[in-house]
Amino acid sequence: MKSLTGKAFTDGMANKVEAKNIFKIFGSEPDRVFEMVSKGHSKADIHAETGQTIGVNDASFEVAEGEVFVVMGLSGSGKSTLVRMINGLIPPTRGQMMIDGVDVASCSAETLRKVRREKVAMVFQHFALFPHKTVIDNVAYGLKVKGLPAAERRERSLKALAQVGLEAYADSYPEELSGGMQQRVGLARGLATEPEILLMDEPFGALDPLIRRDMQLELLELQRSLKKTIVFITHDLNEALILGDKIAIMKDGSFVQVGTAEEIVGEPADEYVRAFTQDIDRSRVFEVAAIARPPLSIEIDAPVSDALARMEAENVDAMFVTDKGTLQGQVLYRGLSGASDPEALAQHLDPDFATVTPDAHLHELYGKAAAGRPIAVVDETGAFTGIVEPGDIFHQLVRGEEHESGQKRAATA
Amino acid sequence: MFSPSDLFEIPFGDWVDSAVKDWLVPNFRPFFRSLQAPISFVLDGLDGFLNAMPMLVFTAVLAFIAWRTAGRGVAIFTALALVFLDLIGVWGQTMTTLAMIVTAVFFCAVIGVPVGILAARSDRFLAILRPILDVMQTIPPFVYLVPIVMLFGVGTVPGVIATIIFALPPIVRLTNLGIRGVRADLVEAAYAFGSTPSQVLWEVQLPLAMRTIMAGLNQTLMMALSMAVIAALIGAGGLGLTVNTGLGRLDVGTAMEGGIGIVILAIILDRITQSFAERKAVATPSLAQTFRGFFKPSRMAARAADEKPA
Repeated sequence: MKSLTGKAFTDGMANKVEAKNIFKIFGSEPDRVFEMVSKGHSKADIHAETGQTIGVNDASFEVAEGEVFVVMGLSGSGKSTLVRMINGLIPPTRGQMMIDGVDVASCSAETLRKVRREKVAMVFQHFALFPHKTVIDNVAYGLKVKGLPAAERRERSLKALAQVGLEAYADSYPEELSGGMQQRVGLARGLATEPEILLMDEPFGALDPLIRRDMQLELLELQRSLKKTIVFITHDLNEALILGDKIAIMKDGSFVQVGTAEEIVGEPADEYVRAFTQDIDRSRVFEVAAIARPPLSIEIDAPVSDALARMEAENVDAMFVTDKGTLQGQVLYRGLSGASDPEALAQHLDPDFATVTPDAHLHELYGKAAAGRPIAVVDETGAFTGIVEPGDIFHQLVRGEEHESGQKRAATA
Repeated sequence: MFSPSDLFEIPFGDWVDSAVKDWLVPNFRPFFRSLQAPISFVLDGLDGFLNAMPMLVFTAVLAFIAWRTAGRGVAIFTALALVFLDLIGVWGQTMTTLAMIVTAVFFCAVIGVPVGILAARSDRFLAILRPILDVMQTIPPFVYLVPIVMLFGVGTVPGVIATIIFALPPIVRLTNLGIRGVRADLVEAAYAFGSTPSQVLWEVQLPLAMRTIMAGLNQTLMMALSMAVIAALIGAGGLGLTVNTGLGRLDVGTAMEGGIGIVILAIILDRITQSFAERKAVATPSLAQTFRGFFKPSRMAARAADEKPA
C-alpha cells in the first residue's frame, strides 16, 4: 500500500489532478450496475433495468500544472458530477481522485477540508454568492473559514477583487451588481485563497452572449499571469475551443474524445463529436502552424535565373529572399520574368511583405492573405520558420465541409 | 346493530389514568419540579422588572422599539393603546401577561430553534418529530392541563409550561423549513471552500433562514397569547385571570377589560415581530448612520455619480 501511494505521488508531480477510473452511480445497488457496465450495457438500458443512473462511467484523466482542461458535454452528460468529485462535494462510487497526490475519494473529512481550503477553489454556474454578505465578505469567505484575522482577510480580498476590477464595489451587496459583475465576484472569491486548482462549473453559462465573450477573454488574460490549473465545465464547444489547452467531450458519463482543440475539430473521434464540430468557426481553432509549408527562400546574391527556375520547379508565384538567413523581402515571378538586369535580385526586392507568428489563428490571416502573396511565418525569436500560401487557408477551412458534402453524396448514391 | 364494543371495551382512559397517576407522578415528580426552576427564574425576574418599571417609561420604550422596527404608525398606536390599558385599570395584569408570554416565547426559541436545526439536518429525526409536532398542535390544551397540574402543581409557572407546549411547534417547523429552504448551491459553495458543518450553519444557513425563523417566532408568540386565558385556568395570573373572573361572575365588563388587553398586546407584539420577519437581507442604515449621512456623501450617492457618465 505504501509503495502504491509513493508511486502515485511521483507520477503526480507534474499532474495537479489525476482521475483514475472514476465511477459515480446514483442508486442503492451500485454492484448490480457495475455488473451490467462490464457486460457493455448502455446508460439507458441500465436505467430501465435497475432504475439507477450512471453519473460518470469510468473517467480517467490528468490535468497538468498550469493547464486549462475543459470538459464539454450536454446537460445530463455527467460533467457537473465529474467536477464535484474533484473536490469531493460528491464522493465517487469507485476510483481514485488524486489532488497533488492526495486521494480525495478516500481521505478523511479533515483532510478533505484542508484540500478545499488550500488547494482547490470553485466557481459556480449561478454564482452562488451569499446574498447576506457584502462583496468583500463574499470574497473573504474562504479566508474566514480558514481562520485568518480580519485585517489580513480584507487585504487579500481587496487584492483578489482588484484582479477582476471590482475593488470599488467591495462594500456593495451582490444583488446590487449585474450578472457579469457577480460572476467576477465569484471568480475573485475563488482566487482569494490563492488555490493552485480552480474548478469552474459552467461559470459563464448564465450570462448574456456578449458578456460571456468578455469574460472568456478576461479569464484568458488572467490565466496568462496566474497560471492556475483550471478544470472548466461547459456545454458550449466554442467556449471549450477558446479556453481549453485540452478538451474532453463527454456523453452519457463517459469521455468520447480527449484532445487539443485542433484534434477535436480536425479529427473528431466519432459522429457525435463531428456533429458538435460542424458549426464551429474553424478559423478560430486552427493555428498557422497547422498549414505552414517549409520556408522556401533564396539568398539575395543569387542570380535572377535561379530564382525563376526554383519558382517554376515549386510551382509558386512568389518567393522570400534572405540575407544570410535573415528575411529581406519578397520577389514575384511576374516582376522577375521581365527583369532587364538578370544578375541583381536586390533590385526587384519588395520589402513590404506580411508576417505572422506560428500560434496565430487562421482568422487573423484574412487581411494579410488578401494580396494573394505568400505570408512569412516568423516565430517570437525572429526566425523564419515557414510560409503560408493564401490558398491553403481556405483549403483548411473547407476540409470539414468536404467531409460533410462527401457524406451527403455517399448517402444519395 | 352490531358494533365491536359489544364484545369488549378497551379501558383506554383507565390506562392513561394509571400511567400518569401510578407511574409518571410518583417517579418523575421531582424531575418535573426541577424543570420549573429556570422558567420560574426568568419569569419572576421579568415580572418583577416589568411591574417595577414606571408605566410611562415602559410605554416610551416600547413605542420607540415599534418606531425603529415597524414604523411611525405602529409607534403611535402602541403609545395610545398602552395609555388606554392603564386608564381602564389593567396595567398590572398586562405586565404580568407580557412577562408570561415573553418567558414562554423565550423558552420556545431556546428549545425550538436547535430542535428545528436538528430536524433540518436529519430526515430520520424529522420523521420522528413530525407526528409529535402534529399531536402538540392538534391536541386540545385542556387535555394536558390535568397532568401538568399533577406534575407541576398550580400557578403561573405551570401556566407558562402549558403555554410552551402549545406554542412550540411553529418555531420548530419554520426553523426546519427555513434551513431546508436555503439555496442548495449556497450550501454547496460554503462546503466547497472548506467550511465545517457548523461554519455552514452559522455563516450561511442561519442568516439566510432568519426571516423564516422570525416568521415562526411571530406565530409562536401569537399562539402563546391565545393561551393566556387557558393558562389562567390552572392558576396563572394576568389578563387571563381577569377574563376568567369576568366569565365566572358573568361580568361582561371585566371579561372585556381582560380581553381588550390581550388583543392590544397581540397587535403590538405581532407588528413588531412581523417587521423582523419582513426585514430585507440588506441591512437598513442605523440611526447613527443616517445622521452621519447628512454630513458626508453617502456610498450610494457616490456610486450614482460614478455611473452617470457611463
